[in-house]
Amino acid sequence: MLEKLNFVKECHKYGLSIWQCPNFLVIVIGFITILSMLSTYAIAIKYAQVEIVALIVVGITGALIMIGYFVIQGFEKLAQANQMKSEFVSIVSHQLRSPLTNIKWTLNLIMLKEKDSLAKERLERLNDIKENNQRMINLVNDLLSISRIEQGRLNFTLEKISLTKVIKELTKEYSLFSKASNVKFSLELEDLPLILIDPHGIDLILRNLIDNAVRYVRDKGLVKIKLIKKNNLARCEIKDNGVGIPKKDQRKIFQKFFRSQNVMKYQTEGTGLGLFITKSIVKASKGEIGFKSQEGEGSTFWFELPIKT
Amino acid sequence: MKTILFIEDEPTLQKTISQFLEGKGYKIKSALDGEIGLSVAKKIKPDLILLDLILPKKDGFEVLKEIKKDENIKHIPVIVLTNLEGNADIGEIFSFGAAAYLIKANYDLEEVVKKIEETLNK
Repeated sequence: MLEKLNFVKECHKYGLSIWQCPNFLVIVIGFITILSMLSTYAIAIKYAQVEIVALIVVGITGALIMIGYFVIQGFEKLAQANQMKSEFVSIVSHQLRSPLTNIKWTLNLIMLKEKDSLAKERLERLNDIKENNQRMINLVNDLLSISRIEQGRLNFTLEKISLTKVIKELTKEYSLFSKASNVKFSLELEDLPLILIDPHGIDLILRNLIDNAVRYVRDKGLVKIKLIKKNNLARCEIKDNGVGIPKKDQRKIFQKFFRSQNVMKYQTEGTGLGLFITKSIVKASKGEIGFKSQEGEGSTFWFELPIKT
Repeated sequence: MKTILFIEDEPTLQKTISQFLEGKGYKIKSALDGEIGLSVAKKIKPDLILLDLILPKKDGFEVLKEIKKDENIKHIPVIVLTNLEGNADIGEIFSFGAAAYLIKANYDLEEVVKKIEETLNK
């Protein structure tokens, strides 16, 4: 808290000089206002000449406007820096995608063409490269989503989509992977009317939530997915019996780059971007998202989206 | 044998996809920039075009629009195969006449071929 009051240090951190520092300038404005009121009062009593008082007021107003201008410039500089950062992330991510695609497709080619002649050990090595390549692609995709969210360019194309169908397909895809790590899915899906949503967006929402549910289970994992109609909302709940989220971390769980200490013990992989992206997409789709969690028992994440037909 | 024209400026991607598609029984023609791509398309009239968006000389959006304007080749399905995403123009790619839009990094070679087969059989 005291750290925040040291605005000179704060502003230096953001690359702003003292005369561009909004926190400092607001205090200056405050001082000038108080001082000018007092001096105007004092002068008015002494000279009682309307012209002089008016002149002083005009002068002070001028000074305040000048400082206001500096404040605006400071904010502009911050906004510009933020914009440049988002653009930088977007450009770098796009540039990274080309070599990553090259690696991916070359591996594809080797593994498909020489499947029968490759020694088992060598195939495993190639699989390791493939998995790591995919991790980098996922990270780049996350960064691109973030930069788009920050620039307010999610570019949704709305389509009528059956949530039931999407969930069934995704869990089918996941059970291939989750079988290996001992996770079972149990589905309880009501037949809902179609909802109007961006197909890529709903895919990301569900993938991120199911990913988390599957990733942080301990020995015998059970992931329950429930889909119900609540008034004119579609409500989806994803319940796991994983490690859960400690009380002190629950407030921060949707923040960018946040990762709970207790999940770091189980899984170091992950960027802390998934839930931030998920929440942004749900919000942009005029929905709500939330969770209940008990450390050591598991978590239930839910989201609600409007049904529009 | 079906002919596919692949308009892509990156030689390694050209090579891998060409090798793979040839193995699947397709004939591949390559073009390394938008202008050449367009003129090759007009000359050989392929069965399908794979088109990148970020291209030298003439970008993919221009190439797509010009293909769809030309009476002789506008029937040829165009699959946009790119790493560009989130750009404002992407939303209009289907109204320009693209048959599909695939983000390279998110697709395996086999999935790309599946999409090609699906599009050719439509």
